[in-house]
Amino acid sequence: MENFGFYIFAFLTLLCGLLVVANPFSRNPVTSAMFLVLTIVSLAGLFVLLGAYFLAAVQIVVYAGAVMVLFLFVIMLLDLGQETRRKIKVAGLVLGGVSVAAFAALALKLVHESDLARHHGPAGFQGSAENLGRLLFTDFMAPFEVISIVLLVAVVGVILLSKRDLK
Amino acid sequence: MKLVETGIGLEHYLAVSILLFSLGLLGVIARRNVIIIYMSLELMLNAASLALVAFSKFNGNLRGQVMVFFIITVAAAEVAVGLALIVALYRKKQTAHVEDLATLRL
Repeated sequence: MENFGFYIFAFLTLLCGLLVVANPFSRNPVTSAMFLVLTIVSLAGLFVLLGAYFLAAVQIVVYAGAVMVLFLFVIMLLDLGQETRRKIKVAGLVLGGVSVAAFAALALKLVHESDLARHHGPAGFQGSAENLGRLLFTDFMAPFEVISIVLLVAVVGVILLSKRDLK
Repeated sequence: MKLVETGIGLEHYLAVSILLFSLGLLGVIARRNVIIIYMSLELMLNAASLALVAFSKFNGNLRGQVMVFFIITVAAAEVAVGLALIVALYRKKQTAHVEDLATLRL
């Protein structure tokens, strides 16, 4: 049953990820954004299979909710619509594709030849909100506080950037 | 083969992560729309998160998941700043096409 779930979610993740990057039917950024939402939701499914329940919830709330609304908001704001087709640089595309394929092949070979398969982990391992929260407020207290400063800096930065007359 | 006995293992999750990362990388290299390049970046970030969660599970250590928690937080901040930059850039240049944004080209 768990294997079945893995294959479903992995397939959905990769398919939707591909449709974000290269959609043969539409070149509208909104379509890409919608497929990115689907990718994130199927990734959350994989997180659930891995026992990371809290992270799956956060992934859906923060990514599929907040971040993607921001993306859609900007796409609509800029009124990008249909992307105009331009001449594709074939050499660049081929070189890029070959290098990415080479990277993927290398990394896959590396993972395959390592002895990672012997790791199983303890049974019943769960990243519930309770377990994660306890770790977050003990060992990771300092990073947790720092991340709030990062968010504050981001807020101030965004306000500054969206001023009409940038000096 | 050990994998056949135990079903889905760490290798499988890492393979998905690598493929997703490669898709994101391909998007950054091949696409010319700033917004889509930015979405591909998010794809790469998510692939890294998946790898971390998989490692966390198969090592029985929650720290990987805490790391992903921080990654998601930083990604939210990063998206806000990046999109503000894109909007500011669009206001100045009236384009979202990377080949038109060549002010820094030597």
